[in-house]
Formats: sequence, C-alpha cells, structure tokens
Amino acid sequence: MNNLVMFFILSGLILVFSVMTVLTRRILRSAVFLLFVLLATAGLYFMLDYMFLAAVQLTVYAGGIVVLIIFSILLTSHISERAAMAGKWPMIASAFVVLLGAGVTLYTIYSYVFKASAEPAIPSTMKSIGSHLISYGEDGYALPFEVISVLLLAVMIGAIIVAKKEVK
Amino acid sequence: MAFSIYDFSTLTQSIHDGLSSRLSPTGTLAMEWAIVGIVILLFVAVFGLFLVYAERKVCAFFQQRLGPMRVGPWGLVQTIADFIKLLMKELIQPARADKFLYNLAPFIVIIVTFLAISVIPFAKGLQAFDFDIGVFFVTSITAVGVIGILLAGWSSNNKYSLIGAMRSGAQIISYELSVGLSLITIVIMAGTLQLSGIVEAQRAGWFIYRGHIPAIIAFFVFVIAGTAETNRGPFDLAEAESELTAGFHTEYSGIKFAFFFLAEYVNLFIVSAMATTVFLGGWMALHVGNLEGFNHVMDLLPPVFWFFIKVFFVIFLIMWFKWTFPRLRIDQILTLEWKFLLPINLFNIILMTVIVLLGWHF
Repeated sequence: MNNLVMFFILSGLILVFSVMTVLTRRILRSAVFLLFVLLATAGLYFMLDYMFLAAVQLTVYAGGIVVLIIFSILLTSHISERAAMAGKWPMIASAFVVLLGAGVTLYTIYSYVFKASAEPAIPSTMKSIGSHLISYGEDGYALPFEVISVLLLAVMIGAIIVAKKEVK
Repeated sequence: MAFSIYDFSTLTQSIHDGLSSRLSPTGTLAMEWAIVGIVILLFVAVFGLFLVYAERKVCAFFQQRLGPMRVGPWGLVQTIADFIKLLMKELIQPARADKFLYNLAPFIVIIVTFLAISVIPFAKGLQAFDFDIGVFFVTSITAVGVIGILLAGWSSNNKYSLIGAMRSGAQIISYELSVGLSLITIVIMAGTLQLSGIVEAQRAGWFIYRGHIPAIIAFFVFVIAGTAETNRGPFDLAEAESELTAGFHTEYSGIKFAFFFLAEYVNLFIVSAMATTVFLGGWMALHVGNLEGFNHVMDLLPPVFWFFIKVFFVIFLIMWFKWTFPRLRIDQILTLEWKFLLPINLFNIILMTVIVLLGWHF
C-alpha cells in the first residue's frame, strides 16, 4: 500500500516533469525539469532498496550531467531568450516519432512477462560492488568498465587538444 | 519509557512501538517522517544560528575584539535578533528575473543540506537513515546542491550574480573530487560505505590514528577541500564583496537570503560532521590503548557529547582558516585542486591500499 502510493507519486512526477521539459520555451527551466525527472527516478531506485544505483543516479545524472548542461546554458544563452515555436511539419513529424516510440515501448513492456521476486534485496557492500565491477563472468562489468575508460581517455585527449593554446 | 543518553536506539524503538500500537502502519510511517523532519528542521535552525554567533565571536577574538556583547549575556541572543530582522525584511524580486527559478533556487540549496544531515550518525542509534552506501550518498547529494547556486546566479539576471555563480560552481565541482577521494581513502580501511559501520569499525581506535600517514594526509586534504566546497574563506572569492558585491545571492533578501546564509553554515557543520565520523571516530569516546581507568573515565561522557566536541574542534579549525589566510584568486584555487590536491590524493589512495594489503596499519 505505502509502496504503491509512493510509486504513483514518483511516476506522476516523472510524467509531469518529462512533459514540462519539452513544453517549456525557456531552456534553463527545461534543464531544471529534467533534473526533477532524474531525481524522481532516483526515488524509484530508493524505493526498490537499491541504494547504490540511486546514489549513482544522483551523482552521475543529477550532479554531473545536469550541472554540465546548466553550465553550458549559463555560458551561451541570455535570460530573455525564448525558443521559437516549431513549424507545422516539424510538429507533425515529431508527433509521429513520439507515437512510434511510445508504441514500441508499450508493446515491449506488455509482451514481456515480469516475474515478481520476493527475495530480499542484496546489500551493496563494498566487496560486492568491487568484485562485480572487475569480474568478467556472469553479472560482471569488466568489459563496460574498460570501454568507458577508453572513451574517457579519448575525451580527455580531445579536451586537451581543444584547450591547448596554439603556438605562434 | 526506558531512556539512556548512551544509547538512543531504545528511545527510537519505544517511540516506534508507541506509534504503531496507536496508528496503522501507514500512519506510523507518516508520523515518523513528520517527527524526523521537524527534528532536523529545528536542529538546522538552532544550530545554524549558533554557528553564526560562534563565527562572529571567533572572528572577533582573532581580531582582538569582543564581538557581539549587547543583546543578552555575551551577546548570545544577537543572532536570534538578527534572524527576526531578516524575517521581517521585504522580499525584493528583480523585475526581469526568471521568477520560478529565482524562487526555487534557495529551496534546492536548503533541502540538500537537510538530506545530507539525515544520514549523519549523531550518537548510537541517533541517525535518521542508515544507508549501506552512506558516504557515497553524502557526496552525491552535495553534488546536487551546486545546481541551486547556479540557478540562483542565472535567474537573478545580474552580471555579478552570474559571475559569482560560475566561480562558485567551478570551485565546488572541482573540490568535490578531492572530498570524494579523501573519503574513499578511509573507506578502503573501513571496508564499508555505511556510516554507522565506519563508526563501529573505529571502536579499536580512530582512523586518523590507525591509518597513520595516509589517513593524516587524507584528513588534511578533506578539511581543505571541505572548506572550499562550502565556499568559505580563504576560498570565498565567489562572494568577494569588493568585486562581486555578494556573488550568487546578491539579489536575494529577507528569508530567501536567510536560506542561503543558513545553508552555508549548516554545510560547514556537515563537512565537520563527516570529518568527525570518518576520521575522528564519530561518537566514540577517546580511548588510549590499555589504560583501563582512563578509558572508563572517558566513557562517562555520553557519545552525543563526544560527537559535538569533535565537530566543534573541526569547525573551529575551519573558522581559524577563514580569519587567518588571505583570499585566493580563482586561478590559484583551481591550481591548488587540480595540480596539488588531486595528485596527492590519488597517490595517497595507492599508499593506503598498499598499507591495508600488507597490514601495516594499527
């Protein structure tokens, strides 16, 4: 009962703010509504007793990506700017894409049989986080971990090249 | 109702039993939420005001003055009077500000401080939430706090606010790394991210003593980075009054300004409480080896007092920084973090790992 109420509150927040993110014409407000969506998603993870993922969601999305987006908005746009209204054809095209996306998602969700598990949540101790992160067996994250480190290295080199002053 | 100041879990358990015998499970949960919320709210208000008073007194003594003396004995009621004045002030709103974000920003900042306080173990059993990833939760929730500052600066539609917010943001984001890494150094030793578990692991001795060299380095790095993260002097260039008036909160007045002001002092408390919990043994009493008599005398003082004694020690240390060192420039701040603290920290983590693996700690 309590969980159900919390679920409806959180998913309601996610829905409302997702729509508001794309409907507002002020770009920073849209970033803030996106932040609320991400925070509510972290709330869902907390509800599932998956504290580690919730904290990762807070750090990476709310604390990292949204801050990055806000920073770039602060550097590039002025407070009086409003996004222009889209034309007729872009509106129709995006409505079509939205319906298609919603259709695919709903079809996938309703055709999949979810099995409810009554097992208690596994506590995310330091040991289990660490061993999963570097294990290459089942439930291991060694490959994504390495791929991400290569990606980060590439990004770092790119950032240095961009930031380096040209030698005259 | 059995109650012991040495162990709060009996008190919280009896409150829980009392509520559940009268109310439905949902009602109990709602009541407990309300109780926790009100307790934290009161704590933030009272402790924040006390810290403002403490800061003024400490500052005064460093400058060989007396500080506030007129209102109440030794000026104790001064900050309450100041706060009432703030509450009665007119709320001014810039005409061309983004009203929604302008009003939202102070709430983001203050809510984040509430969330961070809720996981701090004040004494045995006196902790609102005990997550299995407590340390990680504190660092992740403070990462959200910076958004409030950025929004405040941008939505005020004021150049000084914007520059102040950008400086604040750059500084907080940079120093978050050092805060996180210095905490991880100790987590390697503790073997758990749970705050109550970290305190419990220090029963045999505080980590700053047991981890000797790397732990002491991590403690210094944490205190420096924590000072920078709370935007306090000597890192307070974001609100350098001579160049940026008041930084990101220039346009705020009355209660909204009070929110930023209070949040700053409560963040000071959070940094000190984390330093206490992770490095200085949390609410554990000071024990020295096998000196039975001495240890028994130390145990007489309740854990909650031990916690606050240590917290005030760290708070005094950070205030000492503020009134002793000259303010840094923005490039000096970023150099200190990226060229000194971060490499020291990374090296320190490797050192700590080696020491833990070889069992060279106490």
